[in-house]
Amino acid sequence: LCPQVHSLQELRRSASLATKVFVQRDYSDGTTCQFQTKFPPELESRIERQLFEETVKTLNGFYAEAEKIGGSSYLEGCLACATAYFIFLCMETHYEKVLKKISKYIQDQNEKIYAPRGLLLTDPLERGWHISPMILSRAQIEISIYEDRCSSGSSSSGSSSSSSGGGGGG
Amino acid sequence: MSVMVARKKVVRKWEKLPGRNTFCCDGRIMMARQKGIFYLTLFLILGTCALFFAFECRYLAVQLSPAIPVFAAVLFLFAMATLLRTSFSDPGVIPRALPDEAAFIEMEIEATNGTVPQGQRPPPRIKNFQINNQIVKLKYCYTCKIFRPPRASHCSICDNCVERFDHHCPWVGNCVGKRNYRYFYLFILSLSLLTIYIFTFNIVYVALKSLKIGFLNTLKETPGSLTVLTVLEVLICFFTLWSVVGLTGFHTFLVALNQTTNEDIKGSWTGKNRVQNPYSHGNIVKNCCEVLCGPLPPSVLDRRGILQQEESTAQEGSCSRGPGTQEPLATQGPGQAQEAHSVLSLQVPAPSVSNTEMPEEKQRTPGELPVPSLDAGRAEH
Repeated sequence: LCPQVHSLQELRRSASLATKVFVQRDYSDGTTCQFQTKFPPELESRIERQLFEETVKTLNGFYAEAEKIGGSSYLEGCLACATAYFIFLCMETHYEKVLKKISKYIQDQNEKIYAPRGLLLTDPLERGWHISPMILSRAQIEISIYEDRCSSGSSSSGSSSSSSGGGGGG
Repeated sequence: MSVMVARKKVVRKWEKLPGRNTFCCDGRIMMARQKGIFYLTLFLILGTCALFFAFECRYLAVQLSPAIPVFAAVLFLFAMATLLRTSFSDPGVIPRALPDEAAFIEMEIEATNGTVPQGQRPPPRIKNFQINNQIVKLKYCYTCKIFRPPRASHCSICDNCVERFDHHCPWVGNCVGKRNYRYFYLFILSLSLLTIYIFTFNIVYVALKSLKIGFLNTLKETPGSLTVLTVLEVLICFFTLWSVVGLTGFHTFLVALNQTTNEDIKGSWTGKNRVQNPYSHGNIVKNCCEVLCGPLPPSVLDRRGILQQEESTAQEGSCSRGPGTQEPLATQGPGQAQEAHSVLSLQVPAPSVSNTEMPEEKQRTPGELPVPSLDAGRAEH
């Protein structure tokens, strides 16, 4: 677990030096928060299409759950209104609970799927939900971290210049 | 060359947010810049209620029922709570695009439209989306550098894009948008009820007293000041009635149809050549439930997140960029993944500020990376 966590930190630290791919919002269902499952071409060689699509679909499912209009959300709204919204000082809204689940899921996905491939998915919450960036690390960083287990064999030998010295050693 | 004196200072994100908002209580409270009319609203409500509780209530509680001041107090507290909630909360501001995102969007636009020669204003950037089998156009906001989601609009007073933008209310001192519309509606509703209540009981007060001792004697008996106060209350309530009750009626209409004031004014969904409102459920009850009791997304601005930067006391050589400098700052979110070089861009005059310069600048100061997840340093040229 340790090397993976270490790599996640490395990726985050050097995020701005990396290429970014953006997953855009899908407005076909109105103003509900959904993301496009269209597979970005830059990720072609990095990750299987199916894994990416599954991540986005699960995220969309979470957001749909958060924004679901039904009995429980009405109850929460009415209760909150009756207490002049003071109840939110002690209670978390349903939306916030789902957002916590989402960030946990994203963390989980990053550790298990994306970081090993040198990618980093950031939580859309940070960008106001209109975009979710996926960060591709510089191939350089991939090599330095995965020296002892470079089974991925990605052809990153070209970028051996020491231009981005900041990210690697810290 | 400038001399750098490194000094750590805890700066919160709200201090560096673009837009014309005022923040209080270390970022907990967010309002528009002009607050004068808001203070007037507060003064009118507090003043009128104070007079009512101090004078009329004492008489009416004894003569009629003690429930009268109690109910007035409940209404008053509810109105104040919703007013403060409307004024102080984030209406649903959409954060501006960070440089990487703005660059990505620019690239996409250029790919579709082709580059525009320097000096010419590019045509308004519009993307078409389909919502529930109707085409909705998304507009590009030049200030925020994003494509606005449907129903969002840019408030020129606060200089922010706001989701489900209704209007900017000077009485409340804030924009009314997705996150605070229900509080706004409940405020004007409870204020209408409160105004009607006070107005009615003022009349009842005068009537009761007149019945007992005659109308003229009432005016003579109660000290001049009390009469003046009662008359003042009645006048305030009368004028408030016509405006606030009318506004409540208008917003009830909007809620029932799931429309915003902005859309109503622009006539987005009316007229035979326009599309029907795709956000309405067709059912009044459902619309009301969604607008007033629906789920409430939290604020994405993260006003109280900490920005850690090393402050330098030296004069910047890069001041030529003007007030809209881009500063590389490290962000530390509350336990969430944060980019090491998340740059908050203020309004940059030249849209072609090259973001590609940033990585090179950082390389020039490799010595300024003391702690792993902190990486800061002002851009120096």
